[in-house]
Amino acid sequence: MWEFIHKLGSPPHFWRLSGTMVPWFGWFAAILIVVGTVGGLWIAPQDYQQLDAFRIIYFHVPSAWLSQFGYVVMAVAAAVGLVWRIKLAHAIAAACAPIGASFTVVALATGSIWGKPMWGTWWVWDARLTSTLVLLFLYFGYMALRAAIDDENRADRASALLAIIGVINIPIIKYSVEWWNTLHQPATISKIGKPSMEPEMLVPLLIMWLGFTFFFFAVLMVRARAELLVRERNKKWLRDVIDRG
Amino acid sequence: MEFLSFGKYTWYVWSSVILSFVVLGANVWMARHLLKSRIETARRRLAAEEV
Repeated sequence: MWEFIHKLGSPPHFWRLSGTMVPWFGWFAAILIVVGTVGGLWIAPQDYQQLDAFRIIYFHVPSAWLSQFGYVVMAVAAAVGLVWRIKLAHAIAAACAPIGASFTVVALATGSIWGKPMWGTWWVWDARLTSTLVLLFLYFGYMALRAAIDDENRADRASALLAIIGVINIPIIKYSVEWWNTLHQPATISKIGKPSMEPEMLVPLLIMWLGFTFFFFAVLMVRARAELLVRERNKKWLRDVIDRG
Repeated sequence: MEFLSFGKYTWYVWSSVILSFVVLGANVWMARHLLKSRIETARRRLAAEEV
């Protein structure tokens, strides 16, 4: 196990492994997202209360999941990089930020589009929405901080601290619907024992959730490879890889 | 074309779908573009060093 983790931390090993895994993850994601979209839009029955508007859930929930999951992956990678000084971990953390930020935008926008017909407003300064907006600003802050510091090691350390401190926002987002009075509905699929959806509605959602997760890792690996090309530019293994084409 | 309609929520549903797919596509395009441009930069750098 430790040997596997140790090998995974090696940039040449990661380069080879990710090169093999990206197409698999990418195709899995594409198939799952297409199947989930068809299931969510045309196979799942109408909601008795929200009618067809509830179908936005198939895009809103997986995006919201990725916005938070991406941040947790970023914070864990940043912490690993900070504690064990593993350069690959910093590369992965840096690669997470733009992906996570883009899905936070989708989560906020689709939530807003869903909120208009259901709540009668595009936006309310409610705990779940506000904490998700804070998440977006944390991503922007992380990327701005990295871009503002020229020295790579200092940029890694400073941005890692911001990522680790900011992770406190994730449980706030998660439990905001329980801690405060909010317009946002409570958790739908996190209640493993008793999900609040019918199976015909739940299955496409789980397929989309899995598809978005595979998509995240596929894009993350491509971006992490791009990070390695800059960080390892003077290493012999990378020169050999580039030479071989 | 009736299957494309979601009643009075058609606009809301389709705008969410389109936005999601645009962002999914943009993520793929940007990541691939970044990787390709960095590989190209690394190649040019190696070629310049060899000269």
